[in-house]
Amino acid sequence: MDWWRRFRQSFLLYSFLRDSVAIACSLILIVLVLVSFLAPLIAPHNPYDSSSIDILNAEMPPMWMDGGSPEFILGTDSQGRDMLSTLLYGMRVSIIIGCLAVLMQAFIGVVIGLISGYLGGRIDSFLMRMADVQLSFSTMMVAIFLGAIFQEAFGVGLYEQFAVPMLVIIIGLAEWPQYARTVRASVLAEKKKEYVEAARVIGLRAQRIMGRHILPNTVSPVLVISTVQVANAIMSEAALSFLGLGMPVTRPSLGSLINSGFEYIFSGSWWITLFPGIFLVLLILVINLLGDWLRDVLNPKLYKG
Amino acid sequence: MFAFTVRRIIQGVFVMLVISFLCFTIQHQIGDPVRDIVGISVSADEREALRDKMGLNDPFFTQYVRFLGKAVQGDVGMSFFFKRPALQVILSKAPATLELVFVSSLIIIFLSVPLGIYCAINPRSILSRIIMGLSIVGVSIPVFLTAIMLIYIFSVELRWLPSFGRGQLVYIGGWGSGLLSLNGLKHLILPSIALSSIMLPLFIRLIRSQMMEVLETDYIKFAWAKGLHKKRIWYVHAFKNTLLPVITVGGVQIGTMIAFTILTETVFQWQGLGFLFIEAVERADTTLLVAYLMVVGIIFVVVNTIVDIIYGLVNPMVRIQGSQ
Amino acid sequence: MQHLLQLEDVVIRFALRFGDLTAVDGVSFALDKGQRLGLVGESGAGKSVTGFSIINLISKPGYIASGRILFEGRDLAHLDEEEMRDIRGNRISMIFQDPMMTLNPVLTIGEQMVETLLAHRKFTEDECRDRALETLRKVHIPSPEKRLSQYPHELSGGMRQRIVIAIALLADPALIIADEPSTALDVTIQAEILDLLLELCESEKTALILITHDLAVVSQVTETIAVMYAGKIVELGSTEAVIHTPMHPYTRGLINALPGSVHSERRLNQIPGMMPSLMTIPPGCSFHPRCEYRMEVCRHQVPDLRYYESFGREVACHLGEGLFGRSS
Repeated sequence: MDWWRRFRQSFLLYSFLRDSVAIACSLILIVLVLVSFLAPLIAPHNPYDSSSIDILNAEMPPMWMDGGSPEFILGTDSQGRDMLSTLLYGMRVSIIIGCLAVLMQAFIGVVIGLISGYLGGRIDSFLMRMADVQLSFSTMMVAIFLGAIFQEAFGVGLYEQFAVPMLVIIIGLAEWPQYARTVRASVLAEKKKEYVEAARVIGLRAQRIMGRHILPNTVSPVLVISTVQVANAIMSEAALSFLGLGMPVTRPSLGSLINSGFEYIFSGSWWITLFPGIFLVLLILVINLLGDWLRDVLNPKLYKG
Repeated sequence: MFAFTVRRIIQGVFVMLVISFLCFTIQHQIGDPVRDIVGISVSADEREALRDKMGLNDPFFTQYVRFLGKAVQGDVGMSFFFKRPALQVILSKAPATLELVFVSSLIIIFLSVPLGIYCAINPRSILSRIIMGLSIVGVSIPVFLTAIMLIYIFSVELRWLPSFGRGQLVYIGGWGSGLLSLNGLKHLILPSIALSSIMLPLFIRLIRSQMMEVLETDYIKFAWAKGLHKKRIWYVHAFKNTLLPVITVGGVQIGTMIAFTILTETVFQWQGLGFLFIEAVERADTTLLVAYLMVVGIIFVVVNTIVDIIYGLVNPMVRIQGSQ
Repeated sequence: MQHLLQLEDVVIRFALRFGDLTAVDGVSFALDKGQRLGLVGESGAGKSVTGFSIINLISKPGYIASGRILFEGRDLAHLDEEEMRDIRGNRISMIFQDPMMTLNPVLTIGEQMVETLLAHRKFTEDECRDRALETLRKVHIPSPEKRLSQYPHELSGGMRQRIVIAIALLADPALIIADEPSTALDVTIQAEILDLLLELCESEKTALILITHDLAVVSQVTETIAVMYAGKIVELGSTEAVIHTPMHPYTRGLINALPGSVHSERRLNQIPGMMPSLMTIPPGCSFHPRCEYRMEVCRHQVPDLRYYESFGREVACHLGEGLFGRSS
């Protein structure tokens, strides 16, 4: 139980317990993740089951308004699906895509960053130039382009059928440069240190030096960007879905729910857009705040009033 | 400075070559120029003959060189849907997007600079804390959600402002401007607020953190020790040094801005480039899609090169290195 | 007679989350017109903070907790912002450690000089330029006209420090506070800069507080020396006397540690241990854990800085006159 004792005495935990915002954010995040993953158990309806959906229930307002029904707490959407259930399932889709996409980009980025930083020279400048160009195009732009190209290349039917892996790959390909840059920077910083030089002198192979000595030192910066990147990935997924380049309406994410609700806002059915919107913003906000907190704690240089 | 400029321009050309290569690969793999010209009602034999005639069966690289040669002359192919040269279609939609970006940039610059400076100078004041708190909420709200909420509040509920389109346009040459009529301006308000809604908080945070870093430096301390007025220290000594990193990041953000125009224009049915792009995707108009990519690529390369050169003008250190 | 500058029991604290830390604990000294004082100690001894406190420019979250800083009859610790601003750069100037960091990289030398004068004098731009040129000549800068339109990074470190000195001299200050003015420079240039500083202070009759960890620098430039340890002055007297016959055990240790010192016939003597950080200052005499003469009283009671007729200087040590008998 050594790691547990170390964790309890760590600075991370100490500053966490002193920061009420961080505590509140992680509580909200835990609740959001729990309810969305337990959606099949706790949601009052199953939005994927078309037999249980009655189009006559379409566009019912939340239960506290005129015309609302206690059966549909947050009202229904344009197809008569229960808003609350659809929303919980949708949030699950958003979180799954967000996390998988971050794993994807972290994998690509860390590998490229390690190679680039360790080998240096031509390969390094080529890879980093590519990262620069892609970054200055902005990750969301690249994601939208890739989404459009993928949809053109595979056709709408196939694209929608495999929307989750498609989105994971798209967002992963679009956002690796952040990781690559950070990892490269810490590789360069570590490379200068004597122990790496020593490891090289005693004849350790490059992979071993990178894996055993350099990689562990990149953990904390990677952790910091990962938090913010999950928020970004969820945001990108929502944007793609909103543009019709993401999850289909039959298996909606929060973004496609907002998209489907948008048409009905002119007839006054604000709840189809607002509720998924609130959950999307809440999700992104708490992750962003946690990311901010983590950056402040793990980067003592910025640690002042 | 001259050498520096030349180097930046060469880099820009190189990036454009890479982009054009990617664009061509896309068109080559998924586009069908024959369909774009004759539609789908022509027999397979005739299509094949046409393919030969158009050189579509030539080696990949030969086709790329031809594509590049035409692209340099402004010919990137015909739009399948519009039956017009793709570039012409894009140029006709450009003013709408440019005006939207222009007004949003004004909003961002004129609000983020004073607010960012204020928050850096008074980091502990209640107003700064409120601004910083709101700004993190601001970056967490997707642009399209902001846009929808704006429409719901100001168009659907309050009925103050129009919810879609550009309204009445005044034509100067080929440029249809919404800036010159009251109706056009009214149509601009909501889209430009929506477009600036994420960039504004980002810039406030950026300016604040950069300026706070600068305020800690020795040269600022020395400026205080010289007995300068605080206004001069803040607005000349500190702000001038804050500007450099802000310009660089600002240049990079132009890509984000273009991404957000796609979202904003979709919500407001704003007849600009972003709206055109999404329509092209829905209609599988590959040529138009590729043309859009090329145009955005050029805009991005040009803006980044200009930003780099401006950076060089503001930063005396680059200026000298360039001349050596 | 009224002193030019007189610090009376100045206490400086840093407000931190878990409470206040005392960085400078009751420092007093006086300086007359044209007099040169060296403030010596290890880093963290509070010498820089003391220097900055005089013009009320301690970095946040530091603040002057108590004491008086009398300058030309006014208490600087209690001036309002505008009065203080008009003293900085005008009556009291500062020279910083690293000339690479002291000048603003995006403003020309000319702009940085002219603005200083404009802040304090009702001069026209032209008058400011003339005055700037004149001062640049005083610090022996070649082709001063050319320098005015140059940016800091175009000049060498030694040249920049000359410009910083020129800026400090622009408004004919009565006092210059120089914080390690030569430490960041090449060894060959260090001596030039110190000579220049000495020459100018003598010709302009400007008082100088030289903050440094380097005893050799102090002995070269100053008349008086104040040795600081853990936020307190432990020995204060004429430079020559203190360097030749140090009394306080800490000062003795410092001088013995110098290579080629007259007192170290054997090998280099280091003071054992390290200066405590602000958080771990021991009770009693803060030097006692490292002191070879420590007595029981040193553990509980803080020694006062007292003037000893027989030594001709002030020393803070419980041994008092007893220091005489012991040589190191």
